[in-house]
Amino acid sequence: MTGPRRASLLVPAAAGLAALLAWEAIVRLRGIPPYILPAPSLIARTLWNNLDSLLVSWLYTIKITFGALLLALGGGVLLASAFALSRTLERALFPFAIALQVTPIVAIAPLILIYVDSTTAALLICAFIVAFFPVLSNTLIGLRSADPNLQDLLTLYGATRWQRLRWLLAPSALPYLIAGLKISGGLALIGAVVAEFAAGAAGRETGLASRILEASFRTEIPKMYAALTLVALTGVGIYLASNALSRLLLGHWHPSERR
Amino acid sequence: MSAQIELAEVDKRFANGVEAVQALSVAIEPGQFVSLLGPSGCGKSTVLRLIAGLEQPSAGQVRVDGQAARARVAQMSYVFQEPTLMPWSSVLDNVALPLRIKAIARRPAREQAERALAAVGLADRARAYPAELSGGMKMRASIARALVTRPAVLLLDEPFAALDEITRHRLNDELLALWRQQAPTAVFVTHSVFEAVYLSQLVLVMGGQPGRLIADLPVELDAARTPALRLQPQFAQHCRRVAEALERGQLSGAPEGR
Repeated sequence: MTGPRRASLLVPAAAGLAALLAWEAIVRLRGIPPYILPAPSLIARTLWNNLDSLLVSWLYTIKITFGALLLALGGGVLLASAFALSRTLERALFPFAIALQVTPIVAIAPLILIYVDSTTAALLICAFIVAFFPVLSNTLIGLRSADPNLQDLLTLYGATRWQRLRWLLAPSALPYLIAGLKISGGLALIGAVVAEFAAGAAGRETGLASRILEASFRTEIPKMYAALTLVALTGVGIYLASNALSRLLLGHWHPSERR
Repeated sequence: MSAQIELAEVDKRFANGVEAVQALSVAIEPGQFVSLLGPSGCGKSTVLRLIAGLEQPSAGQVRVDGQAARARVAQMSYVFQEPTLMPWSSVLDNVALPLRIKAIARRPAREQAERALAAVGLADRARAYPAELSGGMKMRASIARALVTRPAVLLLDEPFAALDEITRHRLNDELLALWRQQAPTAVFVTHSVFEAVYLSQLVLVMGGQPGRLIADLPVELDAARTPALRLQPQFAQHCRRVAEALERGQLSGAPEGR
């Protein structure tokens, strides 16, 4: 088990390192100026030199992303449960969910920023709108795909609605919910960054998107890359965290995690 | 503990217009082991679901201990063709589920489940997850779950159809032993003539469609069924009688005017 597992870490790490080295080499050998393409070493140095201001922005972006993700998780699961209980409710409300999902967030963000006083709240709402749909639709499918024989069994034993939810529907929906969460995690970050671009660099509390905008106004390309690196790292972190969560919750029984 | 089952002039039509069962009248005595035998699509499973109260008859009466579905107090259990275990729970928790639904606390429920698992020879696999078991073991766990509540009625819907012959024979014997211990009224759906004769005291032969009763044939064999019985002439005779009834059902099921 450890052999293939080590290889599964080693191979992508080696490939990443090779790509960085090639990038560094090309920039140096060709003498590409940093205002066109900075070398990885320069990006790292810029990151280090601006660490204080970038860290503050990074924390802010993380706050928006995870706040929105939690809201999406809570809202998506609650709404899916309500839809699973009532087809009428689903027919009435699902079109709204779809409309929100298919309208590009950059098109809605300016309006939300006008209506909502607090920029933080507005950004949270934007990121939530982008992130909640996969949780909603996946959880709904999951709640509906419980084994019909097990459904009959619970009917036969006279299970209450709550027992049915606790012992059958929730565990059946969990793999679907996790799959939705894996998508929503990335979308929450996208939503948080895109909404901040729409908001502009105004306000005291600002995230990484504002750092990127600022740097671009001043054509500080290395700083743009430094902020971008943190955004990318956040996304990778969310991906790894959701995979770990999936292993933790599904590892002992679901085919998707069995090795 | 066992219950009497009675179907009187039962019709079952589904919403899509399919007529699954027509004018079916059957009386099953408490503690009897009865097989429902017939070709696939003849409404055997529907009859089982009607007895379980999972379907309501379109006409006629289905009574267990004289009670209609809604008023039933008799404990019923159901074994499906697939093991139908919850993959996210250990075998032990799967078997304990019916007790947990009846609001029995976790520890006593698990203790009873452990005893039920021991009875089907799965004591050492209690902590395993269903995916780690073989097909036969899963079916044993499914039977343990059905028996853990000490049901008055045990309904089995082709439980061994997907198993290999050797495992099926062994599970037939184990099922009989467990049935003797608890003595519930057992209704066993199968399309195997041999299995029906080997297990039951009464074989109800059905024909389709819609599902009707072709014959009810008592099996007058030794109460203690052992594997040796399968080789004896009386067994073959019974099988032949049942098979002939099955054949009659096929013929009379053909469209009229031919």
